[in-house]
Amino acid sequence: MKFLITLWCCLVSTLAVAQIGGGPLTIRITQGVEGALPLAIVPFEWAGQPLPQDIAQVIANDLTRSGRFNVMPMTDLPARPNDIAQVNFKDWRTVGMDNLVVGRITATSDGGYLVEFRLLDVFGGKQLAGFQIPSHVSNLRLTAHHISDIIYKTLLNTDGAFSTRIAYVTVDRKDAKNSLYRLQIADADGYDAKTILESPQPLMSPAWSPDGNRLAYVSFEERNSAIYVQDVRTGAREKVVSGVGINSSPAFSPDGGRLAVTRSMEGNPDIYVVDIASRQQRRLTTHEAIDTEAAWAPDGSAIVFTSDRGGGPQIYRMSPQGGDAKRVTFNLGNYNSRASYSPDGKKLVMVNGGSGFRIVVLDLATGGSRVLTGSSLDESPSFAPNGSMIIYATMGGRGTELAAVSVDGTVKQRLALQVGQVREPAWGPFRK
Amino acid sequence: MKRAILNGFVVLFVALLAAGCSNLNKKQTGSTTVESRGISSGEMSDIDAARSSGIADGASAGAAELNDPNSPLSVRVIYFDYDSSNIREDFQSVVEAHAAYLAAHPETTITLEGHADERGSREYNLALGERRALALRRQLVLLGATAGQIRTVSYGEERPVAEGHDEQSYSLNRRAEIIYQ
Repeated sequence: MKFLITLWCCLVSTLAVAQIGGGPLTIRITQGVEGALPLAIVPFEWAGQPLPQDIAQVIANDLTRSGRFNVMPMTDLPARPNDIAQVNFKDWRTVGMDNLVVGRITATSDGGYLVEFRLLDVFGGKQLAGFQIPSHVSNLRLTAHHISDIIYKTLLNTDGAFSTRIAYVTVDRKDAKNSLYRLQIADADGYDAKTILESPQPLMSPAWSPDGNRLAYVSFEERNSAIYVQDVRTGAREKVVSGVGINSSPAFSPDGGRLAVTRSMEGNPDIYVVDIASRQQRRLTTHEAIDTEAAWAPDGSAIVFTSDRGGGPQIYRMSPQGGDAKRVTFNLGNYNSRASYSPDGKKLVMVNGGSGFRIVVLDLATGGSRVLTGSSLDESPSFAPNGSMIIYATMGGRGTELAAVSVDGTVKQRLALQVGQVREPAWGPFRK
Repeated sequence: MKRAILNGFVVLFVALLAAGCSNLNKKQTGSTTVESRGISSGEMSDIDAARSSGIADGASAGAAELNDPNSPLSVRVIYFDYDSSNIREDFQSVVEAHAAYLAAHPETTITLEGHADERGSREYNLALGERRALALRRQLVLLGATAGQIRTVSYGEERPVAEGHDEQSYSLNRRAEIIYQ
């Protein structure tokens, strides 16, 4: 097993701000979509020693996982061309493929690689896309994810989110009083998991900055909740909000400069907005009820949050300056919480409680809602940056797992950790 | 395999700490005392140690009283009904005993930890846990303790004592813990 250990303990804190390679999350597709596009990917030509990553296989896994493609098993391929000149389109029409991906990898003089691929239209007999991408041994997987994004965008006319990352919390519980909490970041396919923080005290609520360079989260390392912001690459971190009562539920403003947070130093939880650089804060809610779980509209025009001012928890919306809050959830039962916006700002995804706790998407314009999941303890939903999927935490056979579901509910998958529990997923932004 | 690697990592880390990271840490993070706690998994035994040393002191009669298994003071966990922060009738005498003890020992301080069961969202449960801790504090203060003696903290659903996903476990996890310093 390959793993790297890099420690920044002396630089930052005695909490293990560290980077270690974990085993990959195991992904299982539990439900696919009908009418997925038939597509074949030929293993890329490569003349050297075996590479650490099989690019064609990574692309095949990406596209299969999206539920939108029916990728031909490598063993069934009728031919193995690497260039458009070698392709006999009739071979591929015969086996019912709409599209074909071919490519080759060559070594470059600086020790890197040049990955070349072409996406072909089998029936038109022509090239739809073709790129040469410089790569390196350490980011061959990322190159493969980029190719998946290009194929997805070319064929479906919508951005792929294969080269994005997810953050989540894992818990290794030894007994009631002894657990190890880790904040991890992995590729969206669950591979290349790295621990960026480790603590014997609970870690909660990771939230990405809009540029993907920082994570805000809640740590109990000082025997009370406090909000930290950590640079994902260097591991440097700073405590931004702490003090008496709850300090939790951070959400970056769309400009990345502020955090909406929950604080209860006045006696009950309210929403505040804190400027990260100056630490100046503004209180947005003053109700005596619980107000928490703030989330920004992508254009910064509104903040939604959970409040039990009406008796049970429901979703409310207000201006980012505070003031009047209007209830958003009606006729959706007596428990709605943890709402967040879709990337286009038109929908909210939230936890809906009734006989169980499920993930529900609400269309803000029509008021129509859709129940996306059917388990009993689903929570922490988070939209992919392209709006196609929602990742959330659910109860699996060995404890909490991650799961993802398409916005229309047709594609479902599970991401399980091999050891311990995994929860509170937050899907990161597009990589710039 | 993975667990072994991670455990190895923890050992390595603790060794690094022992090798002298802590000075630098202290400097970097100022007055906070996170540092020495860091990665060591002995966190909770620290609390136990603090508790037992308070009892072992034996300097006051109060310590023995706290230690008496027949005293209501020996009950350190109050349970709550679903979605409720009301102190239940069956815990009234326990709360009264702790309030009387705190009133009689103004130098004694306690921490009240509020907890919730796992149902629903984590952040909302953090708020529910706080509500329970504050309800218990309010009651103790009404009965004679002073607010300055009582620190509260909510862990929400993050620290369950029972791991099951049924009402039996949930009822054990909806609780406030009284921890004497």
